[in-house]
Amino acid sequence: MVTREDYAGREPPTWCKGCGNFGILNAIKMALVDLGLAPHQVIIFTGIGCGSKLPHYMKVNGFHTLHGRPVPVATGARLANHGVKIMTVHGDGDGYSMGLSHLAHAARRNIGIVDIIQNNRVYGLTKGQYSPTSDAGMRTPTSPEGAIEHPVPPLALAISMGASFVARGYAGELRHLAGLIGQALQHQGYALVDVLQPCVTFNRASAYDFYNARVYKLEEAGHVVTDRDAAWRVAMEWGERIPLGVFYQVDGLPTYEEQVPALKAGPLVKQPLRKLRPEQVEALQAELR
Amino acid sequence: MTTSDRTVGVTIRISGAAGDGVESSGAGFCTAIARGGLYAFGVPDYYSRIRGGHNFYSIRASPQPLYSHEDPVHLLLALTQESLPRHQGKIAAGGAILYDANLDVSPEEQVRDDIAFIGLPLSDMAQKTAGTTLARNTVALGFASGITGYDIGPLQSVIRENFARKGQQVIDGNLAAVEVGYVEGRKRACGFPYKLSAVPGAPARMVVSGTEAFALGALAGGCRFVAGYPMTPGSLVLHWMAAHSARYGVVIKHTEDEIAAINMAVGAAHMGARALVPTSGGGFSLMVEGLGLAGMTETPVVVYNAQRPGPSTGLPTRHEQSDLLFMLYASQGEFPRFVLAPGTHEQVFVAGWRSFNLAEKYQTPVLVFSDHYLATAMRTLDPDAFDFDAVQIDRGELLADTELDALDEPYLRFRVTGSGVSPRAVPGHPKAVWVSDSDEHNENGSITEEADVRVAQMDKRLRKMVGMVEEMSAPGLYGPAEAETTFVCWGSTVGPLREAVDRLNAGAGKPARANLLHMVDLWPMPVDAASRALGTARRLVAVEVNATGQMAQLIRTYTGRLVDDKILKYDGRPFTPQEIIARFQGR
Repeated sequence: MVTREDYAGREPPTWCKGCGNFGILNAIKMALVDLGLAPHQVIIFTGIGCGSKLPHYMKVNGFHTLHGRPVPVATGARLANHGVKIMTVHGDGDGYSMGLSHLAHAARRNIGIVDIIQNNRVYGLTKGQYSPTSDAGMRTPTSPEGAIEHPVPPLALAISMGASFVARGYAGELRHLAGLIGQALQHQGYALVDVLQPCVTFNRASAYDFYNARVYKLEEAGHVVTDRDAAWRVAMEWGERIPLGVFYQVDGLPTYEEQVPALKAGPLVKQPLRKLRPEQVEALQAELR
Repeated sequence: MTTSDRTVGVTIRISGAAGDGVESSGAGFCTAIARGGLYAFGVPDYYSRIRGGHNFYSIRASPQPLYSHEDPVHLLLALTQESLPRHQGKIAAGGAILYDANLDVSPEEQVRDDIAFIGLPLSDMAQKTAGTTLARNTVALGFASGITGYDIGPLQSVIRENFARKGQQVIDGNLAAVEVGYVEGRKRACGFPYKLSAVPGAPARMVVSGTEAFALGALAGGCRFVAGYPMTPGSLVLHWMAAHSARYGVVIKHTEDEIAAINMAVGAAHMGARALVPTSGGGFSLMVEGLGLAGMTETPVVVYNAQRPGPSTGLPTRHEQSDLLFMLYASQGEFPRFVLAPGTHEQVFVAGWRSFNLAEKYQTPVLVFSDHYLATAMRTLDPDAFDFDAVQIDRGELLADTELDALDEPYLRFRVTGSGVSPRAVPGHPKAVWVSDSDEHNENGSITEEADVRVAQMDKRLRKMVGMVEEMSAPGLYGPAEAETTFVCWGSTVGPLREAVDRLNAGAGKPARANLLHMVDLWPMPVDAASRALGTARRLVAVEVNATGQMAQLIRTYTGRLVDDKILKYDGRPFTPQEIIARFQGR
């Protein structure tokens, strides 16, 4: 019987008071407990950024990797042991800028990882530069005259790359977010959960008041999650109305790992590691004669 | 002709355009040579393109074991016009050029009067027998067998196998192509002085590339995860692993880029898989940050860099060994690593499995060098050349489940120990739940910036070097213990260099003219052993395939010994023994 206490961390988070990451941390714990997953059955790979320190603030397996690179590290881990639940938790700079290519390939690969983006639409730890999801025109240390580029539409990108589970949550809606993460954890294949995360220090314009006035739940608006065209439309919706919930979901798509011949016999690291047998040695050398 | 110019064996070269089947027929002829009981050494030369251009394959054959290709060529099989001006100057006196008479080869192109120019309508002959001009190379190989007096049986066996999947008609057509070429070759055998005779009763030998030697060693050593991005000539290992992945239970992943490859390997190794990343210099450049991740988190990974000429895209299909200093020092900050540069196919096989043991025993990255020459040259090896019995799978401080069950204190992944190596768990056990971190961390993995912890962890990681250096072999000596000149080389240069040493010493008295020191275990550098070995050299000459003499610099930096001379080559082609000797003698 797994409880919240099993996931209690020892270190106090380094996050600012009011940071949306507290909500995300709690939602992750809630989802894992609801599914009866114990800390040793899960591993969370993170990138670099404020939010990427998350695994240190709970009791769980973790790997704080490199900026933009938790997804490939998690992919290698998943291929080596698909018996463990693999999650990635990282910010928008990490996942949508430095790591954008890996996100796209993970989606088309349908590798079984839950990819949670702490999307605060700014760079926090490096002190306030604009991010791939910042509005054009945002004035920051690297965009003093206003950011020139249009923001990345991450959910639309994931859908176009063939992602089989695409959702958005909000750190200010804890239960709803925990539910989405729970669904993502049960999904077979790649699951993207973009999470609106207020940054009360570097992006006060997009904090709780901003989102509270704009978010709405797709499940309450008649959205059909298996309708790709509808998913496209709502994925591009941003402004006065910001949709939350499952945007697109396809069940039953084969995962990458279930199509790898070497994994038919079970998780790679659980297969015994033995020296080659004499007949195998003979067969390999015969190829060279 | 001096003793050192003397050739050993016969070299046949087939040259044509990309798409003419030069490489496949060259490799096929190497197998035919080996099946006749001779030793073959085959080297491809090709441009970075798919069609057209100029490719050639040189097959050296001898009843004696071979360690290198050599100059000159005795028989050139020229499938294209361009082949004549390019290779005429490389033919030995008394040799011959077979050219396709269906090509318009003008008399002006035949400038040598000490070699035979033999024109045959190869395209017609191929068309009439095998039904396609693509079989010109098969006709040419038949000719080569005939003119050298070589038994046709081995070539026929290779043809039967190579075309087995294409059906009996194709097999018969190609056998007929071999036959017509063979008959023409026999007609001219009398006037051709360079002969090959099959050796009946010889053992069934293997013809092996450095790619295959490494991949075999890695597979034998328990490599079960391979992530890589195609890049010549590293991708050859990726292809071999992919071809064997289903049967041998190896997970292989062609990644989206090299950054993904190194990071996937780190992830897989973190979970307990023996992980390999094959690449070349440009790919390794992208992997440098990931290498640091492995070093900081003490994750065992093996990276194989098959070098090619740089800088940047350089010469993609050619040979160089110019990444030495780069691989030794790559990535920000300081952390231990192994760097190995096996130079013979036997050493490459051993490195294949040994690298994984070193990686797991010391929980560090292991970087293994190869290069285009070593990766693609085909060498004939005796049946027992690869010692599979000696292969060990040693997982170092990896904790078994029973040991974790018995743990009665919190598991510390980065526990400070006397050796610097911490007991290693992999995620999945309830008693070993921790976070690994690329930030500086304390023993349980938590991020720290405290000065004393930082020093303790840095000292712990670097302390591993004490044990690591004990694993490193001294440079290998080849040749007599005393010599006027000691050559020093690393990696695959040992092949042509040892033949050069033999030729220099042939017929000479005492002291011998030359010996060589071969650096294989490069880092941590076995400084004491290397200093002792280098100290015996009277005159030390570095032989390297790069422009700045990187090994010479390394020797100076760590042993203080200055080389007396350097023989450097950086035209994208490997040394031949003759070239080393000519440069050594100032010619």
